[in-house]
Amino acid sequence: MNIYSFDNTFEGFLTLVFECYNSKQFPDEILSGEGSQTVLFGSDTLVVTDETKAERVWNGIVKKSSEDNAHRIYRVFLSETQETPMLLIKYVRLIIDSEKNEETNFSVPIVVEFNKLHQKVCREAQRIHMFTRFQKTIEGSYYASYAPMYNVLPLCIPHFRDRFADQNWIIYDLRRNYGFLYDLKTVTRIVFDDMQVNPQSGQLHPSILAEDEKLFQRLWKQYFKSICIEERRNEKVHRQYLPQRFWKYLPEKW
Amino acid sequence: MISESSLEKLKILAGAAKYDVSCASSGTKRSNTSGGIGNAAAWGICHSFAEDGRCISLLKIMLSNYCIFDCAYCYNRKSNDIQRTSFTPDEIADLTIEFYRRNYIEGLFLSSGVLVSPDHTMERMVSVVKKLRTEHRYNGYIHMKTIPGASQQLVSEAGRWADRLSVNIEIPSEGNLKVLAPDKDYKSILEPMKMISSGITEAKEERKKYRNAPQFSPSGQSTQLIIGATNDTDNTILKLSAALYTRRDLKRVYYSGYIPVNTYDNRLPALITPPLRREHRLYQADWLLRFYGFRNNEIVNDENPNLDLELDPKVTWALRNPHLFPVDVNTADPLMLLRIPGVGTKSVQLILMARKHNRLNSSHLKKMGVVMKRAQYFITCNELRSRNVQDLKPEIVRQLLIDKKQISSDSAIQLKMFYPTIPVLR
Repeated sequence: MNIYSFDNTFEGFLTLVFECYNSKQFPDEILSGEGSQTVLFGSDTLVVTDETKAERVWNGIVKKSSEDNAHRIYRVFLSETQETPMLLIKYVRLIIDSEKNEETNFSVPIVVEFNKLHQKVCREAQRIHMFTRFQKTIEGSYYASYAPMYNVLPLCIPHFRDRFADQNWIIYDLRRNYGFLYDLKTVTRIVFDDMQVNPQSGQLHPSILAEDEKLFQRLWKQYFKSICIEERRNEKVHRQYLPQRFWKYLPEKW
Repeated sequence: MISESSLEKLKILAGAAKYDVSCASSGTKRSNTSGGIGNAAAWGICHSFAEDGRCISLLKIMLSNYCIFDCAYCYNRKSNDIQRTSFTPDEIADLTIEFYRRNYIEGLFLSSGVLVSPDHTMERMVSVVKKLRTEHRYNGYIHMKTIPGASQQLVSEAGRWADRLSVNIEIPSEGNLKVLAPDKDYKSILEPMKMISSGITEAKEERKKYRNAPQFSPSGQSTQLIIGATNDTDNTILKLSAALYTRRDLKRVYYSGYIPVNTYDNRLPALITPPLRREHRLYQADWLLRFYGFRNNEIVNDENPNLDLELDPKVTWALRNPHLFPVDVNTADPLMLLRIPGVGTKSVQLILMARKHNRLNSSHLKKMGVVMKRAQYFITCNELRSRNVQDLKPEIVRQLLIDKKQISSDSAIQLKMFYPTIPVLR
């Protein structure tokens, strides 16, 4: 049995693909991260991330299919489910080993499966665009946090950087414990060590909220209430579109 | 500017604006300008969903709910004894910016009751929008209602600052409008529509010549029709919509099931619940007009003046035209694929791509999102022939397709159409 492990970065995954083709040994199982399981198996291969190798694989995918497809592979990679690396290996092999470009061959099950997961990742990223709620701090910067199902924050940053270019902001992933900070110039990746955030609800400590923050939250709640047409009340659709796992981050549902 | 007292105003003026169903924030792609705030995403973003299931994308608000008009179907009509108030232009601008900065909203939808005169009202509304664009350097989305009877000069100014302008027709035939809204006539509604439409065309022409020529309502115009307040048939309604799409180049026609807000007025029907199912069918028909290449008289006509409430309009059409089926999904042209019940625009795209690689069978189609429950009677694919609409006769297929469960739960079907399509992130 071939077991590969890698450092859980996208470059690491592409390097893994390179090593597979190099040794003509394809994995039966892939372990990601610094899992202690690696010690248990004697026959596993530890992939050392190499940017040159990664880039060669990336270019190969672009050549065999399209740049869009390579980006789709990146986005699916961010789903970070346990099955993701194996699914991706199968998909990438199909792309690389086929004469013609197979990315649109929806009669192949793996292509359908890949695109379904891709859509799920995009949908989750879209939800971050939708349901991010900034709280204004006493220093005048804006803070929001979430626990997205997939690791989609990197996909959302360009949107927020363009839209909120004239305000300082932080968007934080509470599940993966990292976030991005924008200081009117650049976006930097950050990790909090001393959090003044309630890790459950993502709410800032009241002592660091801007003076009028509570007022605007109340105005928004009022708006949310007033805009509903009672005669058309439909909680089923409401819940379907506004998943309950997001409620704790939304002032209108507090 | 914004204080505790704004809460009460917001309650009244958002409550007064909620009957406008438009929530779209798509159609404009505008980048942020340096030092400014906001952009407009081409696909539009919903930020929340109200408990009636409708998407909340914009701060939908009235500048004032005072009104000199007395339209029978309107909650804010002059003769209603309700609490009245107005926001100042500064209050609305500030509220928009504060909500926008917190990512609560995608932009502003500004409407108003008619205060003093159409021009007076329009002037105040334009001042809000201008303030946002110039003083606040706001680049987010703005949808602005045009007041029937407002002057050309004000309409042109509105078009310079807003992304979308709209004039609501509300009542689908002029005779009925005269009865229900004595202060309005089709001329006062259709004239501004014409102005907007020619403004859009001119600006587009100019921008072909000079890239920096000013935009005019770049996201187009839309309107709203109230459904079920009058005896107008679906045929009348869809004929009007089709004409608006082709002749006035409207982006959207919204259909709003009449909500009995003024039960005392005997010019209006006594409805217990709004006609949500009919509204839903009209949206489906509207989709067929805009994305599926249907003409309005294929969907409803003099023989069939109303939509079938039990089946979606595409199925109804297919059952009236069994001679066109079954369609071979492996060879049919795209326009015919679009006409197969159970096959949507996305499935058509996938079928077209996939059939270049392989001949497709029903399990492929299912995986691509084709609703086989409906499609099975109307297609052939790469496997043994199954019983289709020709073998079974349309009446039988009709019975097979009526979803009994769905009909008993009327409320669950509404408003699927308001959910935006998911963009493909790059």
